[in-house]
Amino acid sequence: MHDKTKDPSEKEKTYWLDKERNVNIVIKALVLICAILLMLDFFYHKHAHFEFENWFGFFGWFGFVVCVGLVLAAKALRIFLKRDEGYYDS
Amino acid sequence: MILNLLHPAIILIAGALVIPLLRGRMRNAYMLTLPLISLAILLFLPHGESARIDVFEYTLTTLRIDRLSFIFALIFHIAAFLVTLYAIHVKDTLQHVAALTYAGAAIGATLAGDLITLFIYWEITAIASVFLIWARGTECAYRAGIRYIIIQVVSGLLLLFGALQQLSATGSLTFDHMTLGDPGTWPIFIAFGIKCAFPLLHSWLEDSYPEATITGTVVLSAFTTKLAVYALARGFAGTDMLIWIGAAMTAFPIFYAVIENDLRRVLTYSLNNQLGFMVVGIGIGTELALNGTAAHAFCHILYKALLFMSMGAVLLRAGTVKGSELGGLYKSMPYTTSFCIIGAASISAFPLFSGFVSKSMILTAAAIGDHTVVWLVLLSAAAGAFVHSDIKIPYSAFFAHDSGIRCKEAPNNMLWAMAIASIFCIGIGIYPAPLYALLPYDINFAPYTATHVITQLQLLLFSALAFTFLMKTGVYPPELRAINLDADWFYRRLFPSLWNRFIVFTTPIWEGGKQLAINSLRWSVYRITQHHRSDGVLARTWPTGSMVLWVAILLGVYIVLYLVAY
Repeated sequence: MHDKTKDPSEKEKTYWLDKERNVNIVIKALVLICAILLMLDFFYHKHAHFEFENWFGFFGWFGFVVCVGLVLAAKALRIFLKRDEGYYDS
Repeated sequence: MILNLLHPAIILIAGALVIPLLRGRMRNAYMLTLPLISLAILLFLPHGESARIDVFEYTLTTLRIDRLSFIFALIFHIAAFLVTLYAIHVKDTLQHVAALTYAGAAIGATLAGDLITLFIYWEITAIASVFLIWARGTECAYRAGIRYIIIQVVSGLLLLFGALQQLSATGSLTFDHMTLGDPGTWPIFIAFGIKCAFPLLHSWLEDSYPEATITGTVVLSAFTTKLAVYALARGFAGTDMLIWIGAAMTAFPIFYAVIENDLRRVLTYSLNNQLGFMVVGIGIGTELALNGTAAHAFCHILYKALLFMSMGAVLLRAGTVKGSELGGLYKSMPYTTSFCIIGAASISAFPLFSGFVSKSMILTAAAIGDHTVVWLVLLSAAAGAFVHSDIKIPYSAFFAHDSGIRCKEAPNNMLWAMAIASIFCIGIGIYPAPLYALLPYDINFAPYTATHVITQLQLLLFSALAFTFLMKTGVYPPELRAINLDADWFYRRLFPSLWNRFIVFTTPIWEGGKQLAINSLRWSVYRITQHHRSDGVLARTWPTGSMVLWVAILLGVYIVLYLVAY
């Protein structure tokens, strides 16, 4: 079950994502798609329920800010909540 | 009467008991056919209340099929088939019996028309499912199972208590819409709330599910909590409080998901977050919202099972699901990786995946109801959950830094189960009409509008950008070999330690009291023996004359008193 031995045929095989350069391509593609999505706001009529939904790129920057905020908050929570794996066994 | 026996729950539960008698391929074929037979019966059964049992002067409705119960019974059947296929290689018969009994009981509870039948099936789900945790065989799993079963049984007892209160107040056991405050409704509400993992009542979920067996966790993820969602939708639709409870449920598990290391526990937190969306829908209570809840439960069972299946496969092959020890598994497990990504895309509601066509209904219902704050919370939760569980799961298991683990791809039966679940996830996402036709109310909802698609893509991809940014800058908290305190701390640490302190504090008082009691007892024994031992005053042989004298004195006193009184 715990087959951690390396298969000899796999040793030489390098995958596309193994190269730092290719990872950067993925990231650049993501940035590009985000930019395009942001620009789309100029080209269609948004059916909004709330006034603030009409702010430019609302969903984009809302998602970005929320995620960064959540991570920072969770990091702070770790100070109070983190315990050793054996905490409840002792 | 025949419908009492030709009941999907009875077919599955009774059918499960036959499994130990079978072996090999015969057993496998039988186990896979059983949910299909039961499903065929469900499809053929008439709608309405069609099976009743008379117990004393009460009538129990064991079979009530309407659009709400049908869609839940249907998805439970699909889940039962998928989890059986996923677990078919497991030799341990007990787990198979437990899983199918559990599925049958969940279906029985869904089809129950009265509170007593609901209670009986409610408890069977608890008892059958705990074996899926204990079957792991570790000390940790054993203890988690004990905590799990205690909490589940308490939920059942609250339900029974509420049912009896309702019976004595109204004379009816019918399980239908209730108004909080009526007799018996609070205990029932809390019973449902425990099983639905309301905030602060939730920690049994995160405590127990990740401790179950590889296949057991997949089974558990499908039934218990969605049964509770069904029960809440049936009993408490439109209860305002649920909107806020649900909103809190969507938000708080995300923080835990960020810092949790056990990836099956991350998935459990995200399960809790998903339940929040359904609970908000129930709280809003409009036709659109309840349709959203039912649709979301349907999609959720499939993609959640799919995600747990992929992590189960990782646990089976790599021997761990700790984020801190994994990475780079896409090289060894390409199919599992793809299925996991499909599950993640579905749960995060990417257009063309199942979550998109169901979650957007609940968000739209919240917007139409002008629940601005709740809508913003749900939107944040959607973005947060995407990054902190839906990206994190595939990223830390299959990509991230190559851990050097090289293992085999998952077994074929697991891959097939994941493939079928994936087909459902994509199929529903691309063509939601058949799902919409099954919903409790007639629906006129178009998920694929330009606004929905573009805003959702903006939300998700900018969240992904945030994740990338945080990873690149090293702000994202690394996976650590650690656990995080949750509400179970109260009964795993605080209460036991308070009890210990109470014992330490009261021991001197107790010991002192005990000493005092013993001393006074000793003193009494001493005094008694003093008078009664062979030479004691009361044990001596007295001359007859002295007795006569005493009698004479007593008589004299009596006569004097008599004369004085008159």
